[in-house]
Amino acid sequence: MQIRPVLAALRHHKAGTLLIAAQIALTLAIICNALFIIHERLARLSQPSGIDESSLLVIGNEWVGKPTPAQIASLMAADLDTLRKVPGVANVYATNSYPLSNGGMVLGVGHSPDKLKYVINAATYFADENTLSTLGLKSVEGRNFRPNEIGVLDGKGAVQPAEVIITRALATQMFPHASAIGKPIYVSARPSIVIGVVDRLRTPFVDSSMAKWSDCSVLVPYRQLTPITQYVVRAQPRQLDAVSQRLRAALYAVTRMRVISPKDGVRSFAQVREAAYRDDRGMAILMGGISVVLLLVTGAGIVGLSSFWVGQRRKQIGVRRALGATRRDILSYFLTENLLIAASGVAVGGVLAIGLNLWLMKQFEMDRLGMGYVLGGVVALLLLGQGAVLAPALRASRVSPVEATRSV
Amino acid sequence: MLGYYLDLAIRSLKRSPGLTLLMILIVAFGVGASMTSYSVFRAVSGDPIPWKSARLFVPQIDIWGPKGRLDTSNNNDPPDAMDYLDAVALMRDHRGKYQSAMYRVSPSIVPPDPHMHPINVGGHAVYSEFFAMLDVPFKFGSGWGADSDAQRAAVAVINSKLNQKLFGGANSVGKTLDIDGKDYRIVGVLDNWTPKPVYYDVVNTGGFTTEQEDVFLPFTRAIDVGMPNDGNTNCAEVPKTPGFVGLQQSPCVWISYMVELDDKAAVSAYKNYLDGYFNDQKAAGRFNWPLNNRLRDLPAWLASEHVVPSDTKVSLVVALGLLVACLVNTAGLLLAKFLRRSAEIGVRRALGAPRMAIYMQFLIEAGMVGFTGGLFGLLLTWIGIHGIGWVLPKEIASLARVDLSLLAFTLLVAVVATMLAGLYPTFRASRVQPALQLKTN
Repeated sequence: MQIRPVLAALRHHKAGTLLIAAQIALTLAIICNALFIIHERLARLSQPSGIDESSLLVIGNEWVGKPTPAQIASLMAADLDTLRKVPGVANVYATNSYPLSNGGMVLGVGHSPDKLKYVINAATYFADENTLSTLGLKSVEGRNFRPNEIGVLDGKGAVQPAEVIITRALATQMFPHASAIGKPIYVSARPSIVIGVVDRLRTPFVDSSMAKWSDCSVLVPYRQLTPITQYVVRAQPRQLDAVSQRLRAALYAVTRMRVISPKDGVRSFAQVREAAYRDDRGMAILMGGISVVLLLVTGAGIVGLSSFWVGQRRKQIGVRRALGATRRDILSYFLTENLLIAASGVAVGGVLAIGLNLWLMKQFEMDRLGMGYVLGGVVALLLLGQGAVLAPALRASRVSPVEATRSV
Repeated sequence: MLGYYLDLAIRSLKRSPGLTLLMILIVAFGVGASMTSYSVFRAVSGDPIPWKSARLFVPQIDIWGPKGRLDTSNNNDPPDAMDYLDAVALMRDHRGKYQSAMYRVSPSIVPPDPHMHPINVGGHAVYSEFFAMLDVPFKFGSGWGADSDAQRAAVAVINSKLNQKLFGGANSVGKTLDIDGKDYRIVGVLDNWTPKPVYYDVVNTGGFTTEQEDVFLPFTRAIDVGMPNDGNTNCAEVPKTPGFVGLQQSPCVWISYMVELDDKAAVSAYKNYLDGYFNDQKAAGRFNWPLNNRLRDLPAWLASEHVVPSDTKVSLVVALGLLVACLVNTAGLLLAKFLRRSAEIGVRRALGAPRMAIYMQFLIEAGMVGFTGGLFGLLLTWIGIHGIGWVLPKEIASLARVDLSLLAFTLLVAVVATMLAGLYPTFRASRVQPALQLKTN
């Protein structure tokens, strides 16, 4: 296929050519960034939490009437006892927070008591001897907490655990070259000995600003005696729905002086996950929708303008056909023309895409756009252009040589 | 003449219905997507108290110094909240017209109706001037007086929604309410006051939140009974004593502060006072770093706290990109459409029509496409605003509204944008050489 005659003809349609090229460039710039945002959000969605989500329920509980720490201790013991006896419940523990809950306590973890010299942040979960089995955590090294190691936080003492269980991600951060078991870390002024390492336990936070330490968690052996507490309940296999129906009534039977929100007081972990990633999923859908509309609009525009060009050149096509050009020649003429325009469009569009990404990075702390997205977008738009021009080009190829003799 | 051009435009558009429909749909999609995003953006970036925002200020004192700034991205800004010591000192000095320190609380309430389960509510512990400073509307009663602050009185102001729930909407002023196990006397009921963003305390609410503001209690009382804060607490070091009392003695920041200053003189006087306060503390040996205070008015404060979520801005940018792409597209299609009629233009020009008339004719045609596209776009915007809750966070999506100004703006954007897109095609049309066209025919 000769390119020179195509270029010569394009010179007569400068404005139309430029408009299609500009359209393709803009589309590429937006699509690349939209796809990148989608991918970023989906990557967040698929990050594992490390816990056995399918059999877990969480309860948000608050005792009212300002009970004293001593009263809370007995209320909590009664609650745990009651929950354990609910038919279908396998295990339960009380805590301050759980993965994806979007609220919790963060401590800097370091090699010394100096607070401003910590190595990395980590989420702090209050745990007892039932935590590992309730959450279904995979223990990599070391041991579980023993019942006599579980302390209480009654407002008089600080969080200064003698033993901690940490995640593998945190262990690798703190001790890259050796086992963490038996070594001290500092989450407070006093050293805490690592007695166990679990494979994975996600932090409560899904925000991108905390993504760097999203797998760094510390389990501390405490029961927190404050009016607000969370219960994490593990149901026996296939009992999740039945158990979730029974929990609220069982707890209100212990005491009525409590708040368990009617709306989201008892949630399955699937609901916790859904709520945590709602915004990310929404943004991915929005960007996907805009991309689809944009591709449709661009495709329709190319069809429209190419159809006009075919209509305008019927006579010239007739002449070429009369002079011996085959249908295939005419078809490939229009396909080549579109390819040339699209190629110049994607060349500009690639630069625009990177520019837009740089601007978004500066304004909104986004990551750098991978070259794969630009290349993928280029291929997609070239294909879109060829696909869109195919119908007008086929119509052009069917122009009869007789057209050459018609005057209007 | 206008009627004639309109008639010409309709005839021309009818002649190629497919192309016309395509252009209208493209304009509609571009306008619909960008206007939906814009309506959300408008809702979250608007001034929450336009008549007063320039007179409300948030003071910041650099109590941690350069060492406390682990986050380098924040332009060397001091902490965005206050510790207890300074908040109370500023309240005591009382240099503004109105001022209030405040922190978020989340107490439980035992309803007077014994059949109801206890409920958990959200709210703020504030000083008495809070209500006058923010022009808070009351349905019944009023805020409490300065004497109640001083006496740490057990009084409360509740919002109308909670009043509806607990008292069936009746005037509950004077009744008592069990909050966190203590009896409070209700002195006022708000008239459904739900400012978005929660501009008086963005540090502890994030600005946009689904949490309700149900109760307001005296700050002094809440501290007295040890009602813990339900908002953020930031510490540069671990408090020496644990618990809520330890927090009050620590340099951890958790209290929001707002002050009303009515004129320039008051602002500069307050700034001087704030700097003087820092220097006094420095002289007393509390700080050993240079003065680095801030006194931002409300709009500047909301901007510095990034109250408008970045997802909203990114969607607006992408949707505007879609609009531009749609307009480039429309320009291409109009160009094709106009130039196809070179013969018609040639005849009109030969019969004496000036270039201006050609301009008028084709711009009116472009404007008609824009107007019809705008009408479709309005429909899409309406659908978009009602459906945006599926994809954007509820607390933000629910703020987007269709109103007259949005309707008018949507149509205006559609018409002006399409006419802009039609400018070049029209220019080309007006350049058609009459002689050449007549000859070839």
